[in-house]
Amino acid sequence: MTDTMIPRVQLGDWVATFVDWLTSTFRPVFDVIKTVLLAVYDALETVLHAPPFWVVAVLLAALAYAAKGWRLGLGTLVGFVVIASVNQWGNAMDTLALVLLASAIALAIAIPLGIWAARNDRVSAVVRPVLDFMQTMPAFVYLIPVVTIFLTGAVPGIVATVVFALAPGVRFTELGIRQVDKEVVEAGHAFGSTPGRILRQIQLPLAMPTIMAGVNQVIMLSLSMVVISGLVGAGGLGGDVVAALQRINISLGFEAGLSVVILAMYLDRVTSALSSRSPVAKALATTSA
Amino acid sequence: MVPERKVARTARMTTSTEPAPADGTGAPAPDPSTTPTDRPTAVSVQGVYKVFGRKPAEAARRLEQGAGRDAVKALGTAAVIDASFDVKQGEIFVVMGLSGSGKSTLIRMLNGLWKPTAGHVLLGDADLATVSATRLRELRRTRVSMVFQHFALLPHRTVLDNAAYPLEIQGMGKAERRQKAQTALDLVGLGGWQDSLPSQLSGGMRQRVGLARALAADTDVLLMDEAFSALDPLIRREMQEQLLELQQKLGKTIIFITHDLNEAMHLGDRIAVMRDGRIVQIGTAEQILSDPANDYVAQFVADVDRTRVLTASSVMVRPTAVVPLASGPRVASRTMREAQVSAAYVVDRQRVLQGVVRDDDAVAALKAGQETLDGIVHDGVAPVSVDTPLAELFAPAAESSLPVAVTDDDGRLVGVIPRVTLLEAMVPPEQVTTSDLPVDAEDQLVTEGARP
Repeated sequence: MTDTMIPRVQLGDWVATFVDWLTSTFRPVFDVIKTVLLAVYDALETVLHAPPFWVVAVLLAALAYAAKGWRLGLGTLVGFVVIASVNQWGNAMDTLALVLLASAIALAIAIPLGIWAARNDRVSAVVRPVLDFMQTMPAFVYLIPVVTIFLTGAVPGIVATVVFALAPGVRFTELGIRQVDKEVVEAGHAFGSTPGRILRQIQLPLAMPTIMAGVNQVIMLSLSMVVISGLVGAGGLGGDVVAALQRINISLGFEAGLSVVILAMYLDRVTSALSSRSPVAKALATTSA
Repeated sequence: MVPERKVARTARMTTSTEPAPADGTGAPAPDPSTTPTDRPTAVSVQGVYKVFGRKPAEAARRLEQGAGRDAVKALGTAAVIDASFDVKQGEIFVVMGLSGSGKSTLIRMLNGLWKPTAGHVLLGDADLATVSATRLRELRRTRVSMVFQHFALLPHRTVLDNAAYPLEIQGMGKAERRQKAQTALDLVGLGGWQDSLPSQLSGGMRQRVGLARALAADTDVLLMDEAFSALDPLIRREMQEQLLELQQKLGKTIIFITHDLNEAMHLGDRIAVMRDGRIVQIGTAEQILSDPANDYVAQFVADVDRTRVLTASSVMVRPTAVVPLASGPRVASRTMREAQVSAAYVVDRQRVLQGVVRDDDAVAALKAGQETLDGIVHDGVAPVSVDTPLAELFAPAAESSLPVAVTDDDGRLVGVIPRVTLLEAMVPPEQVTTSDLPVDAEDQLVTEGARP
């Protein structure tokens, strides 16, 4: 043990005390959150699990086809057949349910926060360092307080994922709105539009390509965190990955890992295709030189 | 030294004692027979300051007390300092200055995009410096619209829906606003392009959409912020002509910002020249050209195409050889001999130009014992009007050995322009070549001139 002149600050202990206090004081609040999240997750899981494999696979492939084209549609179908063939389909649907729910919650928080930060420099100045903290803190660390509060299962996984995936949603939304041509916003004001209307008719549509890039990032980060939440028993593909790690089971690890890759590619390609289909992106794409 | 400024000051004092006409209903069509100066005031800017920075109010107070722009630098950046002018209904008022002169900030205070730090901006009976946000939005919907330098169109909307945007904000139904927007598009020559997206149009066409959008709003005041500056010169010229044509047709009050002197001179009924946040001169193009308020303005106008700005009335001289129609050949030949010319203009009792008499004809008539000018007055004169620009005087001057005759609306001879005068007028008035002076001296000259 090295002896420095600086006294040992019990920072960790303080945080631990704070989390304990949080847990005991807001127990009812956390219980409500837990109940609601669990109910929604169960419903989503049921929807994805109830129909036979091929119905869900064809529907998801049809979505890919509609978003991008027949090649992505076909690729999706092949990928999902591979997942089913290594007996990971059920886990993949659990993971998809976790990702969809966590992303939806993250975006529901991130986009309004991003809008607020774009319109208010003070909010922006506060939000930015908080986001930096959230994004750079090692992902595993989130799991510790979350487990203290919500114990194990899907709910702590979802909550940790929301916190981890939030940052790019806020950042891209703020950036997108701030990047909107000042003159166009001025035009809105000059013709007597209200700020709310300018947001709806000018800022959000023009920021949409950037916001959609943020949505894509949120979903990708959610997927990576959902896998990590296998550590706290969130289930799905992450559960098998963790199990394979604990048992040094190469074959299970590869199969579960490959399924994660296929799911990730599917989500990424579909969301980025959707972002290039917004009216503004289309209008800008037709720009004549 | 600065008569125009005094004029502006007086105008401002008048309006502060008797406020601008209160017409909430919009624009009464300006009477075309009156000159712009007789018409009611549309926009009145009174002692306006705009300072950006840490302590704007404090900076404005010090500027009001006579502090210089640099002296308040620590408190904030003074963008507009003590601006005062009145814009009459149906007038095209141009604010001209280089970048950083404060003109863009000034125009943005005329529709409340910026609030003045001090002073008043009167739009009808509303003071934009103090109105509520709701009332301000209402004024923007009904009284004042704007055209932007980089067009500021909504890229995801069609040309038609862009032009209809102000009407949408006004709460007009879809069918009606589209119909009105279509009319505005037809007016600017874009009929047939309504379903295109802005990105499919050229720069000139996009700005036409911007103009159509402002016209569709049907406000009496139109603000144009460097509206044609992003266009290439040929298109710019075309747009200027179109704007003048539209203004004639619609009688809008237009406040036009530009850094291009030729554009300012071409469009403006009156021009305000800005420098470092201050208005250094307000006047007509001719006043600014022939009587610049200080060396800065003089230098600015040195390379303008004078022949397009100056008109016959500003260079004409008193005719030296004029023969009354009622007189005889004796008077005619004596007049010409005294003036040492070989021909003279003949006018009647009301000084209406009748024709030309030549010295040899007069002498011949005198020898023949003729008592009147009958038969020797030739009507082959092509007089020009007082408003003819110099550029159009070269042809008549070249065709005739006589000085060009200038007549007023009733055909009365009011002056002549000898060829030598015409050539002289093309040369700028004598000026200090400021490039020879050290920079400090130049600044000093200008600031002294600018201060009232």
